[in-house]
Amino acid sequence: MAAGVATWLPFARAAAVGWLPLAKKTMPKPPVDKKSRNDEILFVNVSGLRFQTWKNTLDRYPDTLLGSSEKEFFFNEDTQEYFFDRDPEMFRHILNFYRTGKLHYPRQECIQAFDEELAFYGIVPDIIGDCCMEEYRDRKKENQERLAEDTEAEMATDTPLPPDSTHRERLWRAFENPHTSTMALVFYYVTGFFIAVSVIANVVETVPCRPLKGSKKDLPCGEKYSLAFFCMDTACVLIFTFEYLMRLFAAPSRCKFMRSVMSVIDVVAIMPYYIGLVMPENEDVSGAFVTLRVFRVFRIFKFSRHSQGLRILGYTLKSCASELGFLLFSLTMAIIIFATVMFYAEKGTKGTNFTSIPASFWYTIVTMTTLGYGDMVPNTIAGKIFGSICSLSGVLVIALPVPVIVSNFSRIYHQNQRADKMRAQQKVRLARIRLAKKGTTNAFLQYKEEGGFHDRDSDNALCLKNRSSFEHQHHHLLHCLEKTTNHEFTDELTFSEMCMTESMGYRTSRSTSISSQQGMSTSCCPRRAKRRAIRLANSTVSVSRGSVQELDTLQVHKTSSGHQSRSSLNARTEDLKLNCDDRDFTAAIISIPTPPANTPDESLPPSPAIPGILRNSRTSFYTHETVKISSL
Amino acid sequence: MGLVMGTFSMQSKQVNYHTDNLDDDLELSVVCHRPEGLEQLEAQTNFSKKELQVLYRGFKNECPSGAVNEETFKQIYSQFFPHGDASTYAHYLFNSFDSSQNGSIKFEDFVTALSILLRGTTTEKLEWTFNLYDINRDGYINKEEMTNIVKAIYDMMGRFTYPALKTDTPKQHVDAFFQKMDKNRDGVVTLDEFILSCQEDENIMRSLQLFENVI
Repeated sequence: MAAGVATWLPFARAAAVGWLPLAKKTMPKPPVDKKSRNDEILFVNVSGLRFQTWKNTLDRYPDTLLGSSEKEFFFNEDTQEYFFDRDPEMFRHILNFYRTGKLHYPRQECIQAFDEELAFYGIVPDIIGDCCMEEYRDRKKENQERLAEDTEAEMATDTPLPPDSTHRERLWRAFENPHTSTMALVFYYVTGFFIAVSVIANVVETVPCRPLKGSKKDLPCGEKYSLAFFCMDTACVLIFTFEYLMRLFAAPSRCKFMRSVMSVIDVVAIMPYYIGLVMPENEDVSGAFVTLRVFRVFRIFKFSRHSQGLRILGYTLKSCASELGFLLFSLTMAIIIFATVMFYAEKGTKGTNFTSIPASFWYTIVTMTTLGYGDMVPNTIAGKIFGSICSLSGVLVIALPVPVIVSNFSRIYHQNQRADKMRAQQKVRLARIRLAKKGTTNAFLQYKEEGGFHDRDSDNALCLKNRSSFEHQHHHLLHCLEKTTNHEFTDELTFSEMCMTESMGYRTSRSTSISSQQGMSTSCCPRRAKRRAIRLANSTVSVSRGSVQELDTLQVHKTSSGHQSRSSLNARTEDLKLNCDDRDFTAAIISIPTPPANTPDESLPPSPAIPGILRNSRTSFYTHETVKISSL
Repeated sequence: MGLVMGTFSMQSKQVNYHTDNLDDDLELSVVCHRPEGLEQLEAQTNFSKKELQVLYRGFKNECPSGAVNEETFKQIYSQFFPHGDASTYAHYLFNSFDSSQNGSIKFEDFVTALSILLRGTTTEKLEWTFNLYDINRDGYINKEEMTNIVKAIYDMMGRFTYPALKTDTPKQHVDAFFQKMDKNRDGVVTLDEFILSCQEDENIMRSLQLFENVI
C-alpha cells in the first residue's frame, strides 16, 4: 500500500457510516488497535547530522532497515538516538523516500556510492521515481560497462601464462599479444615488413618501365622484370601461408578462428596466388585470372592486425551499420527522384547528355555529393532549378548521419584509450598490492624477530607498543597457526637458503670468525632447536655463499629492526632505542654459530670490513649505526 | 524528404558492447536479509545487547545485503593469511558456520557460532570443533576427513616455512591425532571419544580459555 493511502483510511472507514442503513447483516466488530496511538519523534544521527522524523514515517516501509526492527541494532542508549556511521548527504535522499514515497537519484553523486547506500538501508532501486529513472539507468549501465571492461582488461592477455600451458597456448598467446616475448615481436615485425613489401610490389608492378631493347612501347615493370616480381610474390605468399597455418594450429577454437574477419582476409590475400599456380595459362581464363590479382590488394588489410586505429575504424563502421544504412537508403531515394525529374526536364533539349534515367543517376550523385565534375550539365531553366534543389538537398542528407558516426568513433576511440591507460595502471596497482601483501608478511616476521612472544620485559613492551591492537591480534592468530602445525613462517630468502643448506649437507662449524671466506655453516636443526625461541629472519645462514650471505641476511635483519626503531625514534629516548637495537643485535649474534659465550666484539669487527656487499645504501646506514651501538 | 522516409528505416541502435542485462541485475541485487530482533538474539546467545550491536554494525558494513556467500567469506578469511592459501579451510569453516546449509551465512548463524566459541562451555566448544572436523556430518570423524582438514590447515602456512613442509607431514599429524583420540581403535573418532580425549589433555583445556576476550 502506498504511503499516502494509509492517511486516508480513517476517512474511508468513517464514510462507511453511509452503508449502515442499507446493510443486510450486522457489521463486524472493528479490530482493536493495541499499539499506542501516540506517534513519537525519532532522532536519527547520521555521522553527526541529526535528523528527526515521526515514527510513522519510517514505519511506512517495514521491509527496509529503518522501518523494521533492524534499526534497533543501531540504537544508542546513552543518547537515545539511532546512530548511523554513513554519508549524511545521501541520507537526506533516503529519508525523503520515506516522506514522499518516491526515491530520487541525486545527479551529482556517484552511482556506486548511491547503490551502496540503498543496499545498506535495504531499499530496492526499482522504486526510483520516473523523473530520475532514466538518469539512474544510464549511469548504471555506463558504470557496468566500465567495470566489465576493467575485468576484461584484468583477465586480458597481458597476464602471465600459467606455468603449465601447452606449446599451443603459448603460441596463441604470442600471436595475439606480440609484446609478451621477443620471438613474437620479431615475427610481428617480419610479417608487417612482408605485407608492406607485397603491397609495394603490387603497386610498382603496374608502373611503366623503360621498354626492352628494340621495342617502342612502354612496358609495365611487372612484365619487364616478371621473374623478380614472381619470386618476391612467392616469398611473401609463403610467409603468409606459414603464418596462417601456425595461427590455425594454435587457435583454441579452430572453427571460430576460421570464421573470424582476419582469417578471411588472410585467406583472400593468399588464395589468388595458389589459384594462379593451379590454373593453366590459357587465354580464356586469363581474364578471370587478372580479376583474381585484384584481390591481392586485400593484403593491405592484414595491416589491421598491426594497427589499433584501423581496428577501431572497422569497429566503428560495424557499430554504425544502421546509420550507414539509413544514409545509403535516403541517398538512393533522393537519387532516383532527382534523376527522374532531371531526365524529364532535359528531355526536350537536343544533344543532351541525359539520355535515360540511369544515365541521370551519375549527374545526381555528382551533384548531391557536391563534386560537380561538369561532364553533365542541365541546359533548360527547369533543369537548372531542379539541379540546384538537388545539390542543396544533397548537402543536408549527407550532413545529418555523419555526426552520429563521428560521435560513435570518438566514443570507441576514447574507450580504447581508457583501456590502454587502465592496463598501465593495473600493472602499478598490482605491484602496489604485492608490496602491501609482502608488508603484512614481513610485519609478522619482524614481530617474531623482536621476540615479541617471549621475554616480555617492560622495555620490549615499549618497543613493540607502536603496533596497533589489530596487528597484535593478527600476529597472535598467525602465531597460533604456527603452534598448531609446529612449523614456522619464514620469508622466501631464508627458505631458499635453507633448501640450499639442506641439499648441500651442511655441518656445524665451530669457527669463531665470520670473515673466514670459507664461510661458516649454520646447521639447520641441532642449533635451531635451541634457538627456536629467538628465531630471526636470518636464522639459517647458508654455507656456500660464505660470509657474504651472512652479512646480507644480517642486513635484512638490520633494515627491519632499524625500521622499527625509526618509528620509535620520535617518541623514545636514546637509551631506549639503544636498548632495542642492542637486544636485537645481540640476538643476531647468537644465531651465528659461535658458542654463546662469545662476546659480540669478536664477531663484530669483520662486518664493517665488508662494506661492498651491502644491498643498498639505506641498509648500510642502519648496519653501521647499529653496529656501532653494540660495540659499546 | 528523404529524411521522412529514412526515419522509417532507422533502427534502434545497439551500441553497447554487452547485452542489456541491467534489468536482471537490478532484480538480483535485492536479496536482503534482516535478522531477528535484538531481544530475541540476546536471549538466544550469550552476548549482551551492546555486544550484539557492535557485531551487527561490523557485519552489516561488510555485507549490506545481510548475508555472506562462500566466495566473499573465502576472500575475507584469506586476507588474514597472506602467506598461504586459506580457501580450503575457509570452505570447511563456512560449512560449519552455515547451519542451514543454504550457501550463505546470515547474522544469526554468525552470532550463534561466535556465542558458542567465545562464551560457550568447553563441551559446546569441543562439540563445535567436532562438527567442524566431521565434514560429512555423519557423527564420526574418519581418517580421510581429518586428513582433509589438516591439509587445509597446512595449506594456510604457505610454502616458506621452517622447517620445510614435507609431503607426509599432514599424514603424520593425522596419525598422531588418531593415536590420541581414537580410544577404541576402530578407525573413527566419535563425539564422546573426542570430548573425553580433549578433556584429558590439559593443554587443550587451557587453550580453550584463550579466546574468551576476543570481543
